Amino acid sequence: MSDSKLFHRQARPAELLIRRAHVLDPRAGVDATHDVLIRGGEIAELGEPGGITAPSGATVIEADGQHLFPAFVDPHVHLRTPGQEYKENIETGTAAAAAGGFCQLIAMPNTSPTVDQVSVLKALTAAAGEQAAVPTGFLAAITIGLQGRELTEMAALSDTGALGFTDDGKPVVSAGMLRKALQYQRLAGGVIALHEEDPDLSGDGVMHEGAVSARLGVAGIPSISESTMIDRDAALARYEGARVHFQHISAVESVEALQFWRSTGTRVSGEATPHHLTLTDEDLLGLDSNFKMNPPLRAEADRQAVIEGLRTGVLECIATDHAPHARHEKEQPFEQAPMGTTGLETSFMAVYTALVKPGVLPLSLVIERMTSGGALYGLPIPRIAAGERANVVLVDLERDWVVGEGGYASRSHNCCFHGRRLSGVVELTVAAGSVVFASRGAGITTPSPEEVS
Amino acid sequence: MSRHLISIDDLDRAGIERILDLARSFAEVSGREIKKVPALRGRTVVNLFYEASTRTSSSFELAAKRLSADVVNIRSAGSSVDKGESLKDTVQTLSAYEPAAIVIRSPWAGAAQQITHWTDAAVVNAGDGKHEHPTQALLDVFTLTQALGSLEGLNIWIVGDVLHSRVARSDILAFQRMGASVTVCGPPTLIPRQIDALGCASQDTLANLREADVVYVLRMQHERMHDSYVPTLREYAQRYQVNLPRLRAGQLVMHPGPVNRGVELSGDAIDSNMALIGAQVKSGVAVRMAVLYELLVGAPVLQAVA
Repeated sequence: MSDSKLFHRQARPAELLIRRAHVLDPRAGVDATHDVLIRGGEIAELGEPGGITAPSGATVIEADGQHLFPAFVDPHVHLRTPGQEYKENIETGTAAAAAGGFCQLIAMPNTSPTVDQVSVLKALTAAAGEQAAVPTGFLAAITIGLQGRELTEMAALSDTGALGFTDDGKPVVSAGMLRKALQYQRLAGGVIALHEEDPDLSGDGVMHEGAVSARLGVAGIPSISESTMIDRDAALARYEGARVHFQHISAVESVEALQFWRSTGTRVSGEATPHHLTLTDEDLLGLDSNFKMNPPLRAEADRQAVIEGLRTGVLECIATDHAPHARHEKEQPFEQAPMGTTGLETSFMAVYTALVKPGVLPLSLVIERMTSGGALYGLPIPRIAAGERANVVLVDLERDWVVGEGGYASRSHNCCFHGRRLSGVVELTVAAGSVVFASRGAGITTPSPEEVS
Repeated sequence: MSRHLISIDDLDRAGIERILDLARSFAEVSGREIKKVPALRGRTVVNLFYEASTRTSSSFELAAKRLSADVVNIRSAGSSVDKGESLKDTVQTLSAYEPAAIVIRSPWAGAAQQITHWTDAAVVNAGDGKHEHPTQALLDVFTLTQALGSLEGLNIWIVGDVLHSRVARSDILAFQRMGASVTVCGPPTLIPRQIDALGCASQDTLANLREADVVYVLRMQHERMHDSYVPTLREYAQRYQVNLPRLRAGQLVMHPGPVNRGVELSGDAIDSNMALIGAQVKSGVAVRMAVLYELLVGAPVLQAVA
């Protein structure tokens, strides 16, 4: 696996001694207190607690009581660049990722213009190479302008750096069009990721169809809008021997569909968002537009199914679907406001607080699912082991953040967890060997890009 | 009662009863030759209507005027709203006049709740999308208590397009809160999935309509036909029209208006002595006076005394 399709600005390699951290990397089989020495941006040594002497020039971080994990991977973010930089840009979006503990991001192509041409993708990867704090990869569109009518030059886009293809934000409505894309995947490579929704069934729905939409009189999006398309597209993928990934799974019927198609040996995978894992349509009773997203927050039974899917691995990874929107856009009546929530700065905290702390999911499983999203697209999985490039996140599980207090790193503030008290504050993020985020308490400052060059 | 009236859920049974008591005394005022009391003299009520409305807007206007308030009526057509001004900016602009209350009708669910963040005025929801229309439900309850004394133990059927009806949602809550049991009935395409979560029963046909003490008929909008919610209005009328052959003596018939005569309700039913439709309209002014009084005068006075 290679990270040659990840782009970020060059930064000074980290020289760090992290002392007495509880290191947890389930894949590397590490779950103990260690000193961790990072030299020249590489993990040099995992030693006994208190056993490593700081070399000259290394910053020492006293991490008693804190946890060191492999840094997180988010295979589904919207950086809104090019064209909607008033919502987010590469710099602010990747700063939000750094603050959330991420070392790899995959950005969606539903920008303006759409990432459907080699020239657009080239400009974007070049910009990321100068502005991205966190290594970022890109998906290109399946169809021109996400219109579902003409295929993009998938092979050329793949050669230019696309990790895969998606019309995310929209489904590929035409089965015939998707079939051609799946056939073409044999040439272009890359995973085809699908936002599943039948526009006829969704209609003018803006929230989950169920008891809460009945109470609110707001048009609903039925669960079957998602699951029927998963069934259709998994059948196509099986027929064509293609590889598809289903984005932001929200409904019990969808988890069941994925389970079935996996049992047939079809190459399908799925992702779960922190908000679908932790919130339900009950949170919409106040019609706060920060809870409006697509797919919508569904009922408690759906949430439980998504949690089970994550536990059993039918859903391989956690993905935020970080979807920033400007304040004036969200400050409209619920039905008019755009869909989406930011998520990069709260992803781990939300899942940790709602699922790990009460004992629903083990911490080690959450760490695996928080780090596996890139591997689906062929990216290397961050590991804490000597000789590895340093991709680590230091977290204080005991420390809380009232979400939004002190502001966000993201340019947009439309976070569905706004105002909630969440545990598990990120103290330090090292991505691709460099410190990209340090909290004020961590005793280290993040180098600005100017300092580095 | 909270400072605003957004939803029937803002009111417990005692709160509803307090408004009914007030409405009874204001109904008495409406019976006088000079239909005016000085309760809101010197205070301003803004009626902000983003949707066409005849009876709701006129009755709110009359209610405020009979309480001696200064009234400003804003309609979306021809106003700055037409020029693309956001709801937030419109509300903040109007709030510069320091109104005591803003009465808002919006095509969007949650709009009334939302503007409470942008104004110091008390906000009254005069209908927000398909969500709620609490003053309609209060006047319906008032009309029924005037006719029958109480709703306790009544069996009320709500018939028609429940899916698109804010009146239905507020009525289901209000009728149940006052001790009635509610059954909704209509084409399965127009009954929301999981409507039973609101505590009501549901029926697909009018076969058992005779069980009802009160039949509340909803307006059937023509555009529903184009969206294939019903194949034709003729078929709808055949299956769901409330008419004299389907009613039994002693039942009461209500409708929020405007009626499509001959579609959801037959002419003979409208004109029969079973119909409370005229009484509903008449109740509108007294109940809206009561709501404005309760929000702007009643509660603060009680708090000041306590």
